[in-house]
Amino acid sequence: MDVLLFGIAKDIVGESRLRLEGEHEDLLSVGQLKRFLKRKFPEFSNLSSFAVAVNSEYAEDDVPLGRNDEIAIIPPVSGG
Amino acid sequence: MNSTRYSRQTILKDFGPVGQEKLARAKVLVVGAGGLGVPVMTYLNAMGVGTLGLVDNDIVSASNLHRQVLYGESDIGKSKVAVAIEKLNAQNSETLLTGYPTFLTTENALEIIREYDMVVDASDNFPTRYLINDACVILKKPFVYGALHGFEGQVSVFNFQQGPTYRCLFKNMPRPAEIPSCEENGVLGIIPGIVGNFQAMETIKVITGIGEVLSGKLLLYNGLDQSLTKIKFSRLNKNLDIEALKSTYDFDCQVPVSAIGAPEFELLHSSEDVVCIDVRTRSEFNAFHLPKTVNIPLAEMETRINEISANGPVYVICQSGVRSHQAVATLRELQPKTTFINVKGGINNLNAYATKY
Repeated sequence: MDVLLFGIAKDIVGESRLRLEGEHEDLLSVGQLKRFLKRKFPEFSNLSSFAVAVNSEYAEDDVPLGRNDEIAIIPPVSGG
Repeated sequence: MNSTRYSRQTILKDFGPVGQEKLARAKVLVVGAGGLGVPVMTYLNAMGVGTLGLVDNDIVSASNLHRQVLYGESDIGKSKVAVAIEKLNAQNSETLLTGYPTFLTTENALEIIREYDMVVDASDNFPTRYLINDACVILKKPFVYGALHGFEGQVSVFNFQQGPTYRCLFKNMPRPAEIPSCEENGVLGIIPGIVGNFQAMETIKVITGIGEVLSGKLLLYNGLDQSLTKIKFSRLNKNLDIEALKSTYDFDCQVPVSAIGAPEFELLHSSEDVVCIDVRTRSEFNAFHLPKTVNIPLAEMETRINEISANGPVYVICQSGVRSHQAVATLRELQPKTTFINVKGGINNLNAYATKY
């Protein structure tokens, strides 16, 4: 599973792409992925909302995740 | 001016004199005359958009010049709107230009936006973005969104022909301190130029009907690898049901806290031993910090509170004073016996910082 990180999410994780391999078989939904990110990178807990896209489509927490899915984490950005 | 002025675009088969006529009749409001607003208004003006409104209450400062390329050294200290109108008028005297040297507020937003066909959100803060969204939904006007972070940008067209809105993508406004601004995080000069040009392109498409408007799609641009990613999203009907603006769009955590001005703090800091916590991230701290300050990033505050021990007051500082304000509000709940004082205006307003940057 490939997770692309945008905006502040990239700054929190420290890179623009996170590869999650076999050991993360419990990541079955977008909601579970969000909880995993908050556990592993506590700064995600400070974000009141961020959008998640699965295979280029906006996804709510109940959307299931598959091993070959491409996921994007998209926090709001404000700069202008 | 003569008919050759727009000939290079009117000979385009899919644009033609009809497209040009639509531009001439269009009324576009650009909110923000900064990094994004400059390319947006420059191109819309050059291409022949008939009526342009500009909203901004800022003055030109030296740190704007690397990305706000309409302004020059001699403009420093002048009103952005006034300078922009003068230069845009020299660029195209046929455009009807109106300046609003004010910030967009709950009092003036509906009144100003009502006069225009559409809005370009070239602002630089969340309260203005949510205000533009809600006002445009109420008035049923489309708006072209653009925003940036570091080397990246986002572009979309919201509220276009009953399409999704900003709130369908990001339901609630982030709290202060969650997302750093350009001021805190930095921005490469050309990024707003690129993102603003994407916004200008979408504006032209909305006006003339050519191509496929970026509605229901968020464009993500990354300058470092020149990648463009499009994300599809849908309308949530309840977000179109807005009937009135909220009473305030200010960040909701503005509880009053004890505070000292940055220059006064700087004086105090240089003359006696004060305890000061810097709540910015480690990388910001490493790039610049005052001597004798301790770095406890805001995100780690609750777990590291026991590291703070002082007999006197504890001063709290960040880049602009927003995160430190929030930290003081949190800290005095967690440790009520200590006096915490916010350094208002933060590091941006210290002489030691200003002379260096």
